[in-house]
Amino acid sequence: MAFSPRTWILLALLLLLAAVPPVADYFGQPFYLDLLRRVMIFAIAAVSLNLILGYGGMVSFGHAAYLGIGAYAVGILAHYGINNGWLQWSLAIVASALVAAAIGSISARTSGIYFIMITLAFTQMLYYLGISLEEYGGDDGMQLKVRSQFSGLIDLNDASAFYYLVLAILAAFLYLSRRLVNSRFGLVLQAARSNEARTRAIGFSPYPYRLAAFIISGAMCGVAGALLVNHTAYLTPEFMNWTRSGELMFMVILGGIATTSGPLLGAAALLLLEDVLQGWSVLPKWLHEHWQLYLGVILVLVVLFARRGLASLLPGNEHHD
Amino acid sequence: MTDFLLKTSHLSKTFGSLLATDRVNFEVREGETHAVIGPNGAGKTTFIKQISGELRPDAGTIHFAGEDITTLPAPRRSRKGLARSFQITSIYRDFSALDNVALAVQAHAGHSFRFWRPAREDLSLTRPARQVLEKVDLEKRADILAANLAHGEQRQLEIAMALATQPRLLLLDEPVAGMGTEESQRMIELLATLKGEKTMVLVEHDMDAVFTLADRISVLVYGRIIATGTPAQIRANPQVRAAYLGEDA
Repeated sequence: MAFSPRTWILLALLLLLAAVPPVADYFGQPFYLDLLRRVMIFAIAAVSLNLILGYGGMVSFGHAAYLGIGAYAVGILAHYGINNGWLQWSLAIVASALVAAAIGSISARTSGIYFIMITLAFTQMLYYLGISLEEYGGDDGMQLKVRSQFSGLIDLNDASAFYYLVLAILAAFLYLSRRLVNSRFGLVLQAARSNEARTRAIGFSPYPYRLAAFIISGAMCGVAGALLVNHTAYLTPEFMNWTRSGELMFMVILGGIATTSGPLLGAAALLLLEDVLQGWSVLPKWLHEHWQLYLGVILVLVVLFARRGLASLLPGNEHHD
Repeated sequence: MTDFLLKTSHLSKTFGSLLATDRVNFEVREGETHAVIGPNGAGKTTFIKQISGELRPDAGTIHFAGEDITTLPAPRRSRKGLARSFQITSIYRDFSALDNVALAVQAHAGHSFRFWRPAREDLSLTRPARQVLEKVDLEKRADILAANLAHGEQRQLEIAMALATQPRLLLLDEPVAGMGTEESQRMIELLATLKGEKTMVLVEHDMDAVFTLADRISVLVYGRIIATGTPAQIRANPQVRAAYLGEDA
């Protein structure tokens, strides 16, 4: 199978990311390691959202729920002194999948605006549940005192080891989602997005496929949540805030829906821009003060001039990947 | 009774106060091409939708191949051998022509909870799909995005998708609608090659198509079938002439 130009670019991007730790170390800038790790964790969440939003046409406005569930699974076990990462992360995946199954079984029967509102409503419920859990810090959240332990295999306190773990998971998920969308399952999912009446007329019932995609997507995002809480070493219901769901959606759309590299490009563009506008002292002061405004302007321009997202600016065609 | 592949009994459907389908008894014999004609607003598409499973009738029954399918959802009917083309072209515009047909093959090749192997490299899907494309004369256009096909080609593609499900009955909702003379002539020729091989229900405005293809014709007016017969009988029927053909003359 020959690689398309887009695949080469994606591979080059991942290699570039792999080169960051030694370079940052050489220049004594560990901050960038932290920033890019965050970018990649959100890219993982965006990859999972792209599966249902991009390929499935299911506009989930509540994907932060699974970030939260993944994070709480790790945080709550740690709270009771269970620091075994295998256990914590398994729980993160299973709990996310179960919640996705529950939410999906209802929302996947609807479409359009109803789908958006139902996914949002469920996530708001979980958000307020998080706030009400005083035992786990309520709306203040709580510290993750010990990061997940993987039987000495990998130490998440080692910034660069953690970074490479995130990179490896990102690469694996990109590959996984690529396989998935081109499989029989993925084609049914895309067919149902493209033309539901036609899909039913040729003999597919879209619902079970949509539900399965929703569950897979939730489980993948649960992994991102487990990574995120280890990254911040802090657990907070803010992970499930609706603005977080909106950011994830924005990353997917900005990067280019239903493209392989889109979620990574979108996450990187949004978080890096945010960081540059917010923090770079070489930029004039007026930029810092109203950075959100300028971020908004830039995003509007990107959406206007690259309608199909940043990935559409890359050479080649997604369809023939 | 088993002579009939499809049979509706007292099929009725109302929208508000409008009787769109009024106690329709309709029978399609195995192997025949049965045209349904009628003026605009006669309820032809409503009738077809109840047969395909997109609309649930208010009363009456539908039997297909000796089985009551009145309450079966559309995907299940498709898997039992009912295929349909739509009045307004309904294809996957963002997929290639080959993908469109391969999906129809896939829908009838067991469940699709297969997550790993690339479906586009699966010869058990693409080989039959290419054969069907050849049958409708689109094999050279296999890799073209469906949206970029000409209108007539898109309609041919729809027929190909229906054929790829290996149906026992083809429901064709105005297959030559919106076509130029040459395109519609090609479509009529294509359907003529299927005649006899496939049982077809043909809903059509185009009288050329109807009188060329149909073995029998049913005339639907205000939701009721007012006559059924051979093309010659229908031409000669005074009631039909008054209600329908007269309008054209």
